[in-house]
Amino acid sequence: MSYLPYAVAGWIFLVGIAGIATSKNLIHLAVCLTVTQSSSYVLLLSVGYVKHGVAPIFLGTKLGTTAVDPVVQALTLTDVVVSVAVIGLILALALDAHRLSGTVDPDGIADVSG
Amino acid sequence: MSWIPPLLVAIPLLAAAATAGLDHVTPQPVQDALVIGASAATTALAFVLLWHAEDHEVVHWFGGWQPKHGVALGVDFAVGPLAAGMCVVIGIVVTLSLLYALTFLREAARLFDALMLAALGAMCGFAMSGDLFNLFVWLELMAVAAYALTGFQVERLGPVQGAVNFAITNTLGGYLFVVGIALIYARTGALNLAQIGKALAHGPAGGLVIVAMTLLLCGFLIKGAVVPFHLWAADAYAVAPAPVCAVLGGVMTDIGLIGVARLYWTVFAVPFGQGHGVGDVLLWLGLVTAVLAGTMAFLQRHLKRMLAYSVVCHIGIMLAGIGLLDTSGLAGTELMFLAHALLTASLFFVAGILHVDHGLIDELHLRGRGRGCWAPAVAWFAGTIGLIGTPYVGIYLGHGLIDDGASELGRSWVPALLWLGSALAGAALLRAGARIFLGWGDDEDELLGRAIEEDPLERAVRRPILVGVALVAVVLGVAISVVPGLGQRAEYAAGRFRDTSGYAARILHDRAMPAPGSLPVTIQHTSVDSLLYASGATIFALGLAFAGLYRRRMPRALAPPVRVLHSLHSGVVGDYVTWVVVGTAVTGGVWAILLR
Repeated sequence: MSYLPYAVAGWIFLVGIAGIATSKNLIHLAVCLTVTQSSSYVLLLSVGYVKHGVAPIFLGTKLGTTAVDPVVQALTLTDVVVSVAVIGLILALALDAHRLSGTVDPDGIADVSG
Repeated sequence: MSWIPPLLVAIPLLAAAATAGLDHVTPQPVQDALVIGASAATTALAFVLLWHAEDHEVVHWFGGWQPKHGVALGVDFAVGPLAAGMCVVIGIVVTLSLLYALTFLREAARLFDALMLAALGAMCGFAMSGDLFNLFVWLELMAVAAYALTGFQVERLGPVQGAVNFAITNTLGGYLFVVGIALIYARTGALNLAQIGKALAHGPAGGLVIVAMTLLLCGFLIKGAVVPFHLWAADAYAVAPAPVCAVLGGVMTDIGLIGVARLYWTVFAVPFGQGHGVGDVLLWLGLVTAVLAGTMAFLQRHLKRMLAYSVVCHIGIMLAGIGLLDTSGLAGTELMFLAHALLTASLFFVAGILHVDHGLIDELHLRGRGRGCWAPAVAWFAGTIGLIGTPYVGIYLGHGLIDDGASELGRSWVPALLWLGSALAGAALLRAGARIFLGWGDDEDELLGRAIEEDPLERAVRRPILVGVALVAVVLGVAISVVPGLGQRAEYAAGRFRDTSGYAARILHDRAMPAPGSLPVTIQHTSVDSLLYASGATIFALGLAFAGLYRRRMPRALAPPVRVLHSLHSGVVGDYVTWVVVGTAVTGGVWAILLR
């Protein structure tokens, strides 16, 4: 078992969050959000990976063949679908922000505070 | 009866699809009937489910994938009386909000109804889910609907800012949750909550489980707007249309807490149930939230922002109730959820009525303009008194049960802080009510910061409906504390909810749960301490409200901390994300120290 995939996942997560926290552009921010989420794909896939395992399609394979975990792929796919909806919404809001204020800087649209 | 739980999700989602799909084909009245009918039918089924869940956990396995030999591969809904009760309240609040929206947002596209119904289905699914990954899916479904609803009227920058801050902070919470799921799955190879708990019973819990718990629970705490994850809430609630606020503030925020309780008692009570480490952190987060948000509510002049902080304040009290980790505390949280959802919804409805009548919802600008509006005034003051928890009104019984739980554990200082929080938030609402409906006090106040501009709404044609809905919500909410038998049933439901091994046996081995016996149908009384605290809190809130109205100037010593508090809530999403990271890291660090 290698720790590398877990380290990579952690690093991608933190880099993505750093990007969100310091972003000056809503579209850039949406991309950073995607980066953050990519870490969960890496993590899920490395969790389910089995060395020398085949793809989990059991038609025509011998009983007892080692296969990778099929569940994590389903989780990853659901994860992707969910994030598409969110990113789409944030990009639409970025368009609205630009239409209303001429800027996509999160500081620039901070109309309400306190 | 295991066919009912899926319907609570299927009916609203199918109706949402039908509403969106038939938008330009069917006439308006048919559409309205479909939307309201679906929502009301869901509520009615939730009542039936509550009736059946009283005896034993109603479990539905999708596609018939029942566990074999104690191993669950399928996905289930598992509904006890607490979850069913949540679904009932969610149904009532959404139905009332849809009725209100009929005339409030006359010109709005029909997609509004579709989004509300999607949120309804997702919230019911969340309350009933017995599967970790499905919790995430429902969480995200309700969140996406909520983001879109928040930014629904995009004519101004405010709604865009609110929706962006809401979306990004909560999405990040969702991602924390997914990483937590991956870690838990790596450790246990299971996604069913009962199965995970069973797997964690063997072997040492270790650092991985603590990290996973931190990520999962913080994901819910972000949704539940607990300090320091609460910053998005005020921005989002200030700009969303009133009926949306009623749903967001009344039920959707609180449901994050139900997620915390569900995860703790099905999964993390197994490895960490011996000590109080997990609960103590939740208790402290709740206490800080209650007092800080109560203070912030007092510093607001925008009514919906004030209400947002009042919601966060009560969230803190409820989280403290969960953090006590006993039956009394959880039962108190449950009863507070009921009363708080209805009362908060009614106050948002009144704010919406003021917005319709006067085109603004700023406390100072509205001074005296609500004179003569008797019905909204009655709803506002009754709702406020209910939210303070004056003896035998509104949240009182729930709050009293949390007090009992704290005293049994020998933490008699907890109730004092919690009552202080609800009194602070209540004082803000009383002050606003007195200024608007009675015309008391000045029309300027340096304490409250600058005004937020607001777009006037079109005048609603059927104002009686708005007023009627607000009154119905407030009457239901105020009465919660004196419904005979409700207190005893809440305690029984909480006991069932906390029964980790009983739940696992029911889910994995289909064993029956102990029957409740006959529960008395009498009004539950609380301890004398609670009575005194509640009276004290009411008097304190009245006094503070008067001080807020008639004080000549701000005491000099208060100015710097007030400025700091205002500037912390900066409205910039980057700051919020930083707070999320810091909050998660600190919470996890404290747990790592307490639980190793």
